[in-house]
Amino acid sequence: MKIVVCIKQVPDTKGGVKFNPDGTLDRGAMLTIMNPDDKAGLEAALKLKDQFGAEVTVVTMGLPKAEEVLREAMAMGADKGILVTDRVLGGADTWATSTTIAGALRNLEYDLIITGRQAIDGDTAQVGPQISEHLNIPVISYAQNIKVEGDSVIVERQFEDRYHVVKAKMPCLITALSELNEPRYMTPGGIFDAYSKEITVWGRADLKDVDDSNLGLKGSPTKIAKASDKVRKGAGEKVNLDPDESVSYIVGKLKEKHVI
Amino acid sequence: MNLEEYKGVYVFAQQVDNEISSIAFELLGKAKDLAADLNAEVTAVLLGSGIKGLTDQLAEYGADKVIVVDDPELKDYRTEPYAHALASVINKYKPEIMLVGATAIGRDLGPRVSARVATGLTADCTVLEIGDFPLQAVPGQEQLHNQLLMTRPAFGGNTIATIACPYNRPQMATVRAGVMQKIEPIKGAKAVVEEFNPGFTPDNKYVEILDIVKAVTETVDIMDAKILVSGGRGVGSPENFKILEDLAEVLGGTVSCSRAVVDSGWKPKDLQVGQTGKTVRPNLYFAIGISGAIQHVAGMEESDIIVAINKDADAPIFDVADYGVVGDLNKIVPKLTEALKAEIAAAK
Repeated sequence: MKIVVCIKQVPDTKGGVKFNPDGTLDRGAMLTIMNPDDKAGLEAALKLKDQFGAEVTVVTMGLPKAEEVLREAMAMGADKGILVTDRVLGGADTWATSTTIAGALRNLEYDLIITGRQAIDGDTAQVGPQISEHLNIPVISYAQNIKVEGDSVIVERQFEDRYHVVKAKMPCLITALSELNEPRYMTPGGIFDAYSKEITVWGRADLKDVDDSNLGLKGSPTKIAKASDKVRKGAGEKVNLDPDESVSYIVGKLKEKHVI
Repeated sequence: MNLEEYKGVYVFAQQVDNEISSIAFELLGKAKDLAADLNAEVTAVLLGSGIKGLTDQLAEYGADKVIVVDDPELKDYRTEPYAHALASVINKYKPEIMLVGATAIGRDLGPRVSARVATGLTADCTVLEIGDFPLQAVPGQEQLHNQLLMTRPAFGGNTIATIACPYNRPQMATVRAGVMQKIEPIKGAKAVVEEFNPGFTPDNKYVEILDIVKAVTETVDIMDAKILVSGGRGVGSPENFKILEDLAEVLGGTVSCSRAVVDSGWKPKDLQVGQTGKTVRPNLYFAIGISGAIQHVAGMEESDIIVAINKDADAPIFDVADYGVVGDLNKIVPKLTEALKAEIAAAK
């Protein structure tokens, strides 16, 4: 069985956020981690590797620095890493990103493609389903459990108030929730191996069946009109009183506002 | 793509178990505003099996027209038949704007459909308006009018971006539940109903549903509550939520919580407010023992009145609270419950 896991290097949102003058993110200037949902997707793939001896390939698109998450994934147990990087791919929205990744995946054999549900920087949850559309394969989003049986996958697909147990024939794309599992740690041996393995680097020329008009900032249908730090509603009053006075204060305010 | 051909504001009218989801009515409310600015019609797209009886309800909430695709393949949500149905509606009717709820269904359907009809999709919007792109005229670039400007938070609520989709149609957006306002239903309103069936040919993309397991929940949906009494890690224990429940009961409100409380297993996930939980906008929101991480604030800052009680005077929750009280919640909350009980009794 061959599994491809799409992972993304994302800014750690606990740190600050920095922008380029054109309103896109200055990714080079921020601390980074492997996106949590993607890491759960990788762990799901590694579990299938433990169980069936699957070959796990991790793919990322990003700046050359994104090689770091591929090394991390390989130290966890992934077999191969592919970095898709090219200046012409920069500034891509979800459409252009999914077009690019689909173009890379057309070079690979796969039974299963796993992506995270969403990345913590954009929070869009779009790239996984869009890749599946470009590759014309089924998608099962929001997976909270994944099993393989013969040539099919059986997945618990989460909704707000229920889950569906869904069966699909492979090849199939699954988007993973971080609730899916606890990702394993890198091992010292794994880290050593990760650095002895080659990472494949692909650029624009390596993408299959992709038109230039669908790539990068220019090929993105959505355009940023404005980006800014969030302006929050200002703080109101703050009091530091004894408990009885605090209660009178709150009751007084609720009466003033006609809540009671 | 001839952009001029695309007209009207369309809403994906999500239904589950043949009951229209609240988000559909919220989207219709917003669609009405946008359609007024564009001098266009509001059309609801209703997909399902045995759903023809639901069209009047959509009319009452603002749909001028309802396109119905009624087919057994659409009984329970599956990506492919739904994507096929919605993409076929878009290709045939050519909407200028297509709104979809940012639900577990919409966030799967939206991207699949946008990729199929080759247009952009802006996720989880909180503000939608009609305006110019670019916002200000730029020399050497044509400024386009009557564009859908879609504003959304990113980076866990740290930033906001306004996005346009100027050269592709439809302009597609998913919208978070609880953000847009429904209209007061117009009793007896009727919409023009049009049935359409693009035909369904099952292939490998039609996945099989083996089982549907519904979560058992007795709680009220916190998104519908007018008063929320929300507790955080500072409440200290699951047992201690009793004092919040007492307060909620006196006010006719509902208890909700922060992510830390769900992560600790004190309360179920459907009571969680915030970026990874639910967005709420009650008339009154009590934040009790909640520090106010940005992810929490993103889900409750639109509440009309926010009262915060926290022993840490520097807690970020005080930056968004209208009325902040620094103090021990264990001492204040029970006394507050008693005082409110007395006030309410006196008012009767």
